[in-house]
Amino acid sequence: MELDALMLSRIQFAFTIAFHIIFPAFTIGLASWLAALEFNWLRTGNPLYRNLFRFWVKVFAVSFGLGVVSGIVMSYQFGTNWSRFSEIAGNVVGPLMAYEVLTAFFLEAAFLGIMLFGWERVGDRLHFFATCMVALGTLISAFWILSTNSWMQTPTGFAIENGKMVPVDWFKIVFNPSFPLRYAHMVMGCYITTAFAVAGMSAWMLLRHPHDAPEAKLAGSRRSLSMALWFAAIFVPVQIVIGDLHGLGVLKYQPMKLAAIEGNWDRMSNMPLRLFAIPDEVAETNHYEIGIPKIGSWILTHAYDGVVPGLKDVPKEDRPPVWPVFFSFRIMVGLGFAMLGIGLWSLYLRLKGTLFTNRPFLTATMLMTPSGFGAVLFGWFTAEIGRQPFVVYGHLRTADAVSPVAAGAVATSLVTFFVVYAFIFGFGSYYLAKLLRRGPDPVEDIRGDDIAKKPKRPLSVPDEGIEGRPGHRAQPAK
Amino acid sequence: MFGFGNEYEGLAFWLPLIWAGLIAVAVAMYVIVDGFDLGVGILFKAARSENWRDRMMFSVAPIWDGNETWLILGGGGLFAVFHVAYAVLMPALYVPIILMLIALIFRGVAFEFRFKSERSKFLWDNAFFFGSLLATFFQGMVLGAFVQGFANDGRQFTGGTFDFLTPFSVVTGISLICGYGLLGSTWCVMKTTGELEIWARRIAVRFLIATIIAMGVVSLWVPFLGRQIETRWFSWPNIAFLAPIPLITAYAAYRLFRDLEEGRHYRPFFLAITLFLLGYLGLGVSLFPYNVPPNLTIWDTANTVHSQLFALVGFAIVLPITFAYTAYAYYVFRGKVAEEIQGGGYGYH
Repeated sequence: MELDALMLSRIQFAFTIAFHIIFPAFTIGLASWLAALEFNWLRTGNPLYRNLFRFWVKVFAVSFGLGVVSGIVMSYQFGTNWSRFSEIAGNVVGPLMAYEVLTAFFLEAAFLGIMLFGWERVGDRLHFFATCMVALGTLISAFWILSTNSWMQTPTGFAIENGKMVPVDWFKIVFNPSFPLRYAHMVMGCYITTAFAVAGMSAWMLLRHPHDAPEAKLAGSRRSLSMALWFAAIFVPVQIVIGDLHGLGVLKYQPMKLAAIEGNWDRMSNMPLRLFAIPDEVAETNHYEIGIPKIGSWILTHAYDGVVPGLKDVPKEDRPPVWPVFFSFRIMVGLGFAMLGIGLWSLYLRLKGTLFTNRPFLTATMLMTPSGFGAVLFGWFTAEIGRQPFVVYGHLRTADAVSPVAAGAVATSLVTFFVVYAFIFGFGSYYLAKLLRRGPDPVEDIRGDDIAKKPKRPLSVPDEGIEGRPGHRAQPAK
Repeated sequence: MFGFGNEYEGLAFWLPLIWAGLIAVAVAMYVIVDGFDLGVGILFKAARSENWRDRMMFSVAPIWDGNETWLILGGGGLFAVFHVAYAVLMPALYVPIILMLIALIFRGVAFEFRFKSERSKFLWDNAFFFGSLLATFFQGMVLGAFVQGFANDGRQFTGGTFDFLTPFSVVTGISLICGYGLLGSTWCVMKTTGELEIWARRIAVRFLIATIIAMGVVSLWVPFLGRQIETRWFSWPNIAFLAPIPLITAYAAYRLFRDLEEGRHYRPFFLAITLFLLGYLGLGVSLFPYNVPPNLTIWDTANTVHSQLFALVGFAIVLPITFAYTAYAYYVFRGKVAEEIQGGGYGYH
């Protein structure tokens, strides 16, 4: 592997986007979660929901801030590091990204300010509206960026003139073949990521208190845990179905990506479902393969003797790297089934009435906190590495897309990003942990004061610093 | 028309012109709105107390994110309709743009981290100050490099990594710090009260003087870059149309100075914006119609008509709505920031 500007730019893009995607994956789900909490607060007047909103909005603010600053980097890297891609595909990709900025980023940004700082200035209804607009903004943003990515995976609706891609049919470009299911798969993935993060953090907060701690201290974490696990129990199975359908699209439109996912070297019918193998790209075979006969063909074609393409169908230079795709996919699927397990376990414990007290379950849920992030990341590794050696599948090679920049400049920027992101991420995690250690405000402090009345200062009680100095406990809202 | 782009006809002529106008508006919006919140960051280190810094930061906390979105629109818009310009400019400006982005990361996270820290608060005070200062400096360098022009073959950048780095771009970097400082300090005059406001007035006068000097130096230097920009300004009849620009600039600067002395609250900020817009107009006159100086025009670098139209439909519908709710967000947070930020903590979300 030669560390030229191409390889360094690839590493830099992979690193910065992998770092970035963690935050949108979380905030897309959290924004809707906050809208649900606020809706419940307005509907029932139960301060439990308001306190939960006030707690999770802080988590949201930290994550959103990190998402914004790491996202600005992305919007410039298409030019700084991939200027030939910009030149050749810019006619198509440029407008899609501009639509994302225009229809989503401004919406999020304008209403984020009101959501975070403006409750007492605009009142309940407008504040709820602002929360909903932020949530809507995250979904619109995902729409455009996934449309763009899907077009790069399954490009349609364009022609090639003078060596450049020019748009012909915008509807076909935006709603390209892999887009609808990729969008559904990603948004659902974000929601599930948030559900497991919320459930895991809530489980941790519950584990920190003894069973017999005052009810008021535990109520918030219990409600969060319960809501998040209901979501997970219902939608993880749905996600598995969406993922399966999405896979059928890969078979149809990106056969080499599919062959790499399956570790399938020779075109064959009756393909086994390979649970494990060590793909060998030099010998063009797998070692230590463990598989279930015929099931692979059945999953992909819904027929035992269905034919599945093999990597040897095309020359070596047109194949994606096999082992990263092969393993990333299996890690994603493995995490998905672990989530399914937690969901089923939670249903069983609900029936027994021990959801909040079963320590092995709470510990397992806590350990699953990062599972959604892992599944999202490894899913994207599968999708993006599987697209190689192309940046626009079948049309533009990654090697032909890079900027005429010096390797030294890219090496320097890569190291800088690495150090800066590690520093920022470290502090972000530290402050998030401090927030969680404190947990939502206990409900008893405000009980009887304003359950029926409108709170005048819902977001600005004293003691907002999360380090809550002694003598500064939350005061009743007046 | 204009003596430029005459080889293009119909939509192929008009669309790039409309788009150049729209992107110029987006960039102007960015320079004004992120200019004042970066400017607040530039003043941050000089603020005399924790309370001052809290209030200064609070005055921009609800809106900074939206302000920075204009920067994404500037980059995204360029990519959307002048993708050749984007493809040439970004690699040419690799170093200052990456450094600007890193600086923006530090100041951006400072908004969230600062109020969640106690022992490490100094760290985020510094991140906010140095992040704002350096982001401004590198933006100024980008501007200077842009005026200088870029080596290219009509499709890609052909120059070297450090072509951008010249005495001229260093001076434009420093100039922009002065300018954003002026916007930031007049913003503080408008948004704060008491001693902090009085202090902001004093600082604003200093930044005003620095800005005027910087504008003069840059204006005199530009003709020596040898790009025949001076012929555009000093030939007849152009000089008759263009002479008002420096004259109005001088008057706005005088008015701003008087307003700061007379204790006006709002007008200094808007006069500072006026100064910026005049400088921006002057630059526009010097560079039009090149968006990759010295040789590529907006017509040379534009997307296909089909691509420009698709984006334009969306912009025509969405941009007014964007302006409306952005204006509303500003309206919600109108008025001066309270002197006592509540509690020992903060009236933060």
